[in-house]
Amino acid sequence: MTELKLPSIDYAAIAPILIMLGVALLGVLVEAFVPRRRRHLVQLSLSLLAVLAALVMVVLSADARLVTAGGALAVDGPTLFLQGTILVLAAMALLLIGERSVERGGAFVAQAAVTAESADDRQQAEGRNGATEVYPLTSFAIGGMLIFVAANDLLTMFIALEVFSLPLYLLCALARRRRLLSQEAAMKYFLLGAYASAFFLFGVALVYGFTAGIPGRSAGVDFATVHAAVNESPSSEVLLFAGMALIAIGLLFKAAAAPFHVWTPDVYQGAPTPVTGFMAACTKVAAFGALLRVFHVAFDQAAWDFTPVLGVVAVLTMLIGAVLAVTQTDIKRLLAYSSIANAGYLLVGVLAPTGAGVSGTMFYLAAYGFSVLAAFAVVTLVRDADGEATHLSRWAGLGRRSPFYAGVFTFILLAFAGIPLTSGFMSKFAVFGPALESGHAWLVVAGVLTSMVLAFPYLRVVVMMWLSEPGETTPTVAVPGGLTATALMIGVAATLILGVLPAPLLDLATDAAAFVR
Amino acid sequence: MSNFPFLSVLTVAPLVGALVVAFLPRRRPDLAKQVAFGWSLLVLALSVVMWVSFSADGDRLQFRESYPWIPTWDVNFTFAVDGIALVMLMLIAVLVPLVILASWHDADASKRSVPAYFALLLVLESTMIGVFAAADVFLFYVFFEVMLVPMYFLIGSYGGHQRQYAAVKFFLYSLVGGLFMLAAVIGLWVVGGKTFDWQALTQVDISTGTERWLFLGFFLAFAIKAPFFPFHTWLPDAGRAAPAGAAALLVGVLDKVGTFGILRYCLPLFPEASKWFAPWALALGLIGILYAALLAVGQSDLKRLVSYTSIAHFGFIGVGIFAFTTQAGTGAVLYMLNHGLATGLLFLVVGMLIARRGSSLISDFGGAGKLVPLLAGVLFFAGLASLALPGTAPFVSEFLVLIGTFTVNKPVAVIATLGIVLAAAYVLWMVQRTTQGTLNPELTEVKAMHRDLTLREKAVVAPLIALIVLLGFYPKPVTDVINPAVQATMQDVGKTDPAPEVGSVQEAAQ
Repeated sequence: MTELKLPSIDYAAIAPILIMLGVALLGVLVEAFVPRRRRHLVQLSLSLLAVLAALVMVVLSADARLVTAGGALAVDGPTLFLQGTILVLAAMALLLIGERSVERGGAFVAQAAVTAESADDRQQAEGRNGATEVYPLTSFAIGGMLIFVAANDLLTMFIALEVFSLPLYLLCALARRRRLLSQEAAMKYFLLGAYASAFFLFGVALVYGFTAGIPGRSAGVDFATVHAAVNESPSSEVLLFAGMALIAIGLLFKAAAAPFHVWTPDVYQGAPTPVTGFMAACTKVAAFGALLRVFHVAFDQAAWDFTPVLGVVAVLTMLIGAVLAVTQTDIKRLLAYSSIANAGYLLVGVLAPTGAGVSGTMFYLAAYGFSVLAAFAVVTLVRDADGEATHLSRWAGLGRRSPFYAGVFTFILLAFAGIPLTSGFMSKFAVFGPALESGHAWLVVAGVLTSMVLAFPYLRVVVMMWLSEPGETTPTVAVPGGLTATALMIGVAATLILGVLPAPLLDLATDAAAFVR
Repeated sequence: MSNFPFLSVLTVAPLVGALVVAFLPRRRPDLAKQVAFGWSLLVLALSVVMWVSFSADGDRLQFRESYPWIPTWDVNFTFAVDGIALVMLMLIAVLVPLVILASWHDADASKRSVPAYFALLLVLESTMIGVFAAADVFLFYVFFEVMLVPMYFLIGSYGGHQRQYAAVKFFLYSLVGGLFMLAAVIGLWVVGGKTFDWQALTQVDISTGTERWLFLGFFLAFAIKAPFFPFHTWLPDAGRAAPAGAAALLVGVLDKVGTFGILRYCLPLFPEASKWFAPWALALGLIGILYAALLAVGQSDLKRLVSYTSIAHFGFIGVGIFAFTTQAGTGAVLYMLNHGLATGLLFLVVGMLIARRGSSLISDFGGAGKLVPLLAGVLFFAGLASLALPGTAPFVSEFLVLIGTFTVNKPVAVIATLGIVLAAAYVLWMVQRTTQGTLNPELTEVKAMHRDLTLREKAVVAPLIALIVLLGFYPKPVTDVINPAVQATMQDVGKTDPAPEVGSVQEAAQ
């Protein structure tokens, strides 16, 4: 009888993942056993504590460079940097999700299953406390993202993809106001996301087939095997290319890159704004973390084959994001298209096959996450009796009504436009530099040209806020509760500090740029 | 005294002043004005000390300071000035207090915060000083872009007719140029061995093709900033919409960043490409001189007219730079200073006229000299300085540019001379239509038109007039400072084909 050997697991290295998933399960129990009136506080503190504990664990294992759990997870520099980034951004997002003083009962609906626009629905919009299930859902999503950026084989990556996607689909449907839009967003995201997952899985299968028959190795989808197979496999390269393309489609969908971006504006608009912020920041980090790992660890030997294709995708993404942002009239849709364009800039960084490319992309992800969360935090504050006033025309003259928040938002927009002394400029430099060094001048030129186009919609909002006279319908800015104010201030401070003194984070990213295989 | 960190202090001081002014209570606008004015005088005093400590025959770059900023990319806060930058810093230090004094009541009329207006002026001064003082390409780029933000709000929030349109146009034009430059900056960093230090980069050999592309990236940004034809269309709109003080700074200083950038970055860093593109740049300069002058003749709005005259003058500066002789180069730099003084004065005086009449249309004036003789006289003087009448400072520079160009390229010099004739046309015609001739009866009904220059306004124009006359007769103190820097720049451009030296030939003969 052969002895069953359990894989050795380095529990300290994967503690962040265990903590997040454990607390998510605990959150489900809280829903069942804690009285309704206390749930909000308990759930919020529980998930915030979990995020902080996980962050501490990430910091404590900062020097870990290992593959663990039977080769399923790789804990290395990029993993730890991206996990830390996800956790910090998630903590900010949780603060926004937990806010209940801006809108009575919070941004979430009490019962999502009530028919939209019915009498019941209108009643519950008026102030019944929102569902507290959002916290365990968010915790599951965070846990899934932590696995996603650490996954060392394609199957683990797929499971992580599902673990963080399913809660997000649900979260999108929970907006208190504009229920139909919210439900439509969730449905759209779910259907398209399911397709993308299927593509990804099919790609994994093809790659598995491709890895069969390498001398001295059995077939597998762990990155070391795939890496070896790219040069040594006797199988047809068609399997490799098709598999790589399908996997890329699955990941680019999550990253909101063109032509797989069409869900983004609708979902960003329909989802509750805190969830939109969470997706724009954390999902982006997770998706690009996975892209970095897949293309720098598994398929790096095939760079000649995928770089032109992904380069075209990057150019297309920047172009579509920038050009369509110009025509938007809704602030959330505008930010969605801006997020698409930013996915393009990030891809430019991913395609630079150097450590500088990896660290630049990671710096960009962190910097962008802070800014975009701060931007959505401001969006939650600009409101009237019907909830958030997201139509751009309503923002006219906001600078006169509330100069402080208009000033903060202007600063964030300048960061998005890449004006120096903001993190946006430093991050553009961080990805364009390595790209040019790797000879991808055409990507940099495309990036620069689209940045010009993209500056226009940002500037239009600034003009709206400052140079237009306030109208009768100009909403006031709600006084933020402590939670939103904290998240907003963290985001703005990070945008400024990373723009003025980016050296510490850059050094951290540079030191963390090496993958283990 | 030369160890004193002049440049970093000069860059930071106005920023601190801006913060102080911004946090003054909105209810006490006069206090904000006084603090801003006092602060700008302090900056002026420090600049004068720096000017005195500068040794004209010393190193090319002086007052060098360097502090690490982003070690990963080798970015440093490196400040250093040559004679050209020093002259521009003095121009800023002189103009800003006068502009603050001239804009005393500009912000009162708008419904917006008065302290914020003066704080923005000081922020603008800080970024302008920074852009001329930087000796690190990255730092230069940072100031080059950040400079847009205060000017954008000055035009957009406190401007006149069509201010939103003008502010956005200004911002987008500059940003487009800036982003091309960003690509070139990154490219330069990559080919230059990952350093941003200006002095190190001048030593780098770049392959011909790359050098031309990088030159274009920088040149485009500077040509939009200057502006040269055909990138000039934003300036008349911005110049018209901006409040007069901001417009004086916009045309007097901000636009010089373009020509300064060409002298400091394009020529020394990309000498071969500069020579290769020189005929094109000369052509743009010539077209600018003639085309903008013709358009200026046809303008019906005073501020637009002054803006177009500026574009014509920038054509002269461009010709002077790309003629590649020390004479023409010195003339071009001197022109940058004199144009700042003369056009600055013209903008401020025109602003005073417009503030009285409440309109900037030339047809709304007529015979104003009978009501405000002193103001009309100053306008006439500013106009004469602007058309480079001998005895005023611009004449010296224009003449230097023309003779410097004539020695190497006669057709260009001859065509450029036509610009002088046109300058006489647009200036004299403008003066005639506004202050001379029969008195426009509508003017007499405007109460403010009966008030001649106030003491404050006299204090604004007197120093400028004195400087223009002084430098018209005795430009030596300035040319002494400029000359070595221009010579060094011309050597950079010609460094591959040095002139044969008499001494070495003799040695070889022996």
